[in-house]
Amino acid sequence: MSTSVLVFAVWPYIALTVFVVGHVWRWRRDQAGWTSRTSQLLEPRGLRLASPLFHFGALAVVGGHALGLVVPARVTAALGLTEHGYHVMALVFGLVAGVAMATGLVMLVIRRFRYSERLRLVTTRLDWAVYGLLVMTAGIGLWATFGENLVGGGYDYRETISVWFRSLFVLSPDVDLMAAAPFVFRLHVAVAFGFVALWPFTRLVHVWSVPLGYLVRPYVVYRQAGSGTRPAVTRTPWA
Amino acid sequence: MRIKAQVGMVMNLDKCIGCHTCSVTCKQTWTNRDGVEYVWFNNVETKPGIGYPLRWEDQARWKGGWELDRSGRLRLRSGRRAGRLTKIFANPDLPSLDDYYEPVTYDYDALLSAPLGRNGPSAQPVSVLTGQPTPITWGPNWEDDLSGSPVTAPQDPNLEAAQHQLRLELEHTFMFYLPRLCSHCLNPACVSSCPSGAMYKREQDGIVLVDQDRCRGWRMCVSGCPYKKVYVNHRTGKAEKCTFCFPRIEVGQPTVCSQTCVGRLRYLGIVLYDADRVDAACAVEDPQDLLAAQREVFLDPSDPAVAAEAEAQGVPRDWLDAARRSPIWSLAVKHQVALPLHPEYRTLPMVWYIPPLSPVLDATGSLGGDDADADDVFAAVHQLRIPLDYLAQLFTAGDRARVAGVLMKLTAVRSHMRGLTAGGKVDTDLLDRVGASGAELEELYRLLGIAKMADRYVVPKAHEEDAARLDSWASTWAGAEGCALDVPGGPGTGGATVVSGPSIPVRGAAGARRNGGE
Ligand code: SF4
Ligand code: SF4
Repeated sequence: MSTSVLVFAVWPYIALTVFVVGHVWRWRRDQAGWTSRTSQLLEPRGLRLASPLFHFGALAVVGGHALGLVVPARVTAALGLTEHGYHVMALVFGLVAGVAMATGLVMLVIRRFRYSERLRLVTTRLDWAVYGLLVMTAGIGLWATFGENLVGGGYDYRETISVWFRSLFVLSPDVDLMAAAPFVFRLHVAVAFGFVALWPFTRLVHVWSVPLGYLVRPYVVYRQAGSGTRPAVTRTPWA
Repeated sequence: MRIKAQVGMVMNLDKCIGCHTCSVTCKQTWTNRDGVEYVWFNNVETKPGIGYPLRWEDQARWKGGWELDRSGRLRLRSGRRAGRLTKIFANPDLPSLDDYYEPVTYDYDALLSAPLGRNGPSAQPVSVLTGQPTPITWGPNWEDDLSGSPVTAPQDPNLEAAQHQLRLELEHTFMFYLPRLCSHCLNPACVSSCPSGAMYKREQDGIVLVDQDRCRGWRMCVSGCPYKKVYVNHRTGKAEKCTFCFPRIEVGQPTVCSQTCVGRLRYLGIVLYDADRVDAACAVEDPQDLLAAQREVFLDPSDPAVAAEAEAQGVPRDWLDAARRSPIWSLAVKHQVALPLHPEYRTLPMVWYIPPLSPVLDATGSLGGDDADADDVFAAVHQLRIPLDYLAQLFTAGDRARVAGVLMKLTAVRSHMRGLTAGGKVDTDLLDRVGASGAELEELYRLLGIAKMADRYVVPKAHEEDAARLDSWASTWAGAEGCALDVPGGPGTGGATVVSGPSIPVRGAAGARRNGGE
């Protein structure tokens, strides 16, 4: 088995399996631990700007990735977006979002060091692992955007990486496409799947609990005796 | 009419001696754990003072509770729903730990391991959070008996509102204690702030709880509560609050704070209310009308129509009976001597207070009057801008007349009983002036003065047909503790591994729990 198969076929499936099984296991066994584990109480100053910057940036980055990886080029073309138009948009948007997220992230990491005394009880090894993988993934991602697409000639990942990515989900990974991509993209992808595999075991699970239901539910929630006090195993995470 | 039962509490502030027994027994029972070292579900503040957390009454800063928008509709003071969700990544209204206080323990080892010497060793305070020696510069009862108050009390938001220059010289000042806990409000801002829907009000008795399994740590409830009675457990990352000791209430026992209260000043009981009227009551325009509006929400259990409807809606007979004997109904509605704390927050709180007469009595004396003479006391009640204005800021949204009325009634109880027991005569003029009959004042006297346990706590048991369901609660709780990953070393909340800094040099609850968990 070549390294490419290992990294771009075996490794993604391992990571995705861990991601799915890990989440199911955690959701069923650990409702009590399913939280953002806020540390704002202990240290609000360093969070004030950094946290919104990181979170809004990350949301935009995720949206951008979804567009680039999931939506095929012919669909955007059919919608009237030219190839060049798409890339300019992706570059500008991607840079703004990526820089916002990375700046926020760096500020958050600095906060953990700067206020380490206050935060020592609530900073776990897993938190550091998350920070480490996030910094690497985001850093390499920015490098790819800056280096290859802005400074370099531009690399049309939608014809290679995106196709490979989608091929993963129809269970016939087109490894050759990925293997031909520039090194920084390959590195970005390989590290990102590490992040994916770690996800279910960290505080990142709070992402699935984004409380959009708040917008529509009545203000005051009533509950009958005994009802609903069981762990919410039957609810979907985003309900 | 949707009839619901609600457990409520009344505290007779004249009797509070500020001993903090309630706070300590509550802490021993509920918050003697990691992550909630700084949390007091029940705390006792000296008023005037800025309290715990700092200036919690300053809603311009903390944005707790409700307000009316320009079109007169009720909304959370911290903003509309969508806007609040955008602030979820950094809640601008959340008090920080420094607004509470830095919890400390002591280096007890230093006492045991000190070598023999001329001077006794002393135990240094050590921060529970950092593990470092920490000077203690603030605490939850720093202002006890006005002790820290020369510095802080002038910043009491109620004094600003009453436009009063506080005088702290011994002969001019006044003080009283204000025990505080969650009010289990009829219109709880905490529940309404919770993005996850993890907080709820129990149908059967109105107790407000946080579902630990559904809380996701968004900490909007903490800032939403105007009384600052929801707290973040910084180790689990989830919200916790006063439970009204529901496991005790369910078996007909008083809460721990009530049972252990040295002054025997707490009353517990249920009231029936019409849930359909709540929305209108908390949206009345003038904050000074909120008190009357809340009283309107309560239903008279002795009214045959109410009783019939309650039974039709499934309120058990013994609950109806308990509602008739409820000291809360007596003090808050029938005799109208109890008042809610800060009704202007519009949460319709269910812990009410009988305002203290003692500062007025002191002042009557210093004005040269006789504190047992109703006329002298009435005169003092009206002459004294303080503490009357101050009490009005706390209990009636600034309505002096209403507080004065309560104080005069309390004075009338004293005068009437003195007349009866010392001279055997009844002053009908006095009765007219406070608008109460002799029998009513005598009833009030028995409730306030004799206050037998059976009269103070009228708590009906939860129903046996519900027992299985309640029990299942208990077993899920135990089960969840047993198999959740919330243990040190797991990926859950307890997995907080110390990665930097020295560990706390003392073995407290933390050490014990860690050992037990492994
Ligand atoms: S006092 Fe209690 S019920 Fe009322 S808003 Fe605060 S936490 Fe909620
Ligand atoms: S135990 Fe009773 S008397 Fe003592 S502080 Fe608490 S409420 Fe006051």
